[in-house]
Amino acid sequence: MAELAVNRSASEFRKGLQAGISIAIGYAPIALTFGLLAKTTGLSIGETVLMSLVVFAGASQYISLSLLSLGTGIFEIILTTFIVNIRHFLMSTALNEKSEEDHFVNKAIYSFGITDETFSVAAMKEGTVTTGYMFGLNLISYVSWVVCSGIGFLIGASLPQTLQESMSVALYAMFIGLLVPSMKRSIKVVYLAALAACFNTIFTLTNALSSGWAIVAATLLSAVMVEFIEGVKKKQRGEGHE
Amino acid sequence: MSSEIVWMILGMGAVTYIPRMLPFVLFKGKELPPFLQGVLKNVPSATLGALIFPGVLFIQEDIWFGILGAAAAFLVAYLGANVIVVVLGAIAVLSVYSFIM
Repeated sequence: MAELAVNRSASEFRKGLQAGISIAIGYAPIALTFGLLAKTTGLSIGETVLMSLVVFAGASQYISLSLLSLGTGIFEIILTTFIVNIRHFLMSTALNEKSEEDHFVNKAIYSFGITDETFSVAAMKEGTVTTGYMFGLNLISYVSWVVCSGIGFLIGASLPQTLQESMSVALYAMFIGLLVPSMKRSIKVVYLAALAACFNTIFTLTNALSSGWAIVAATLLSAVMVEFIEGVKKKQRGEGHE
Repeated sequence: MSSEIVWMILGMGAVTYIPRMLPFVLFKGKELPPFLQGVLKNVPSATLGALIFPGVLFIQEDIWFGILGAAAAFLVAYLGANVIVVVLGAIAVLSVYSFIM
């Protein structure tokens, strides 16, 4: 029995690794550029790699570099990081609903690897998300992020300009690749995504909210509105049958 | 390593990790009211919409770059391709585009 369980979690781990390949590809150019920028900002190789190892959150790492070069204080940088990354609370809450029951220590470990990208891949997966899958998915993404940050610093250059530009679409293409199959299956997904996209565009372009809060607000508004409308419709249909 | 930077990194790590970890430790899952569970089920699709727009429009100064990349990805995904093929397809289309431009 024990052997069976080990085999199963090994194959789940492998599935996670495979699902993370697109993320690893998408992280490479961003992490290479981060390494390069960290060097020009005056960080050492140790500090650069340490930041990618400890923080593992792209947008906030970039922001910290630009704040450092502006001479911003450490406390403000940490506070900004918190605000930019607060959206992960919502993502973890949503993912927890579909993850398999497990000891909280395992969950506490793999939750370190929740990013926009790992969350999206795991949350759009059919069925339950197992611990082994999360470890595989997060590990390959994390390794790509950390290793490419270091390489970017060391070679002091990112990819060739045209390739760099083309690869900047990678993570967006991945998000689209995750979304479209569900859109084809369910019109509800189309409404959810379109509504959230509209809200986020409005919040961002009007500068009403910082980008961290804009994503949280747009997501919640869309998710609540669609759920509410669906509830009302169900009720009407229910009454119609009586 | 300057100790000030190290403290900054550790602080950034802590404030990033805590929101990621807390829900997994606080909630057992499936115990929330049905309406909230429904909302949480909607979160992934809605998040993807918000992650794609408007960000994809601004990946390069040329706004058509993002629009073309998104359209290519959408088309390849609509035809039923695997996510990796969608990613590589969009990169290929944009490589051709920047080569021509």
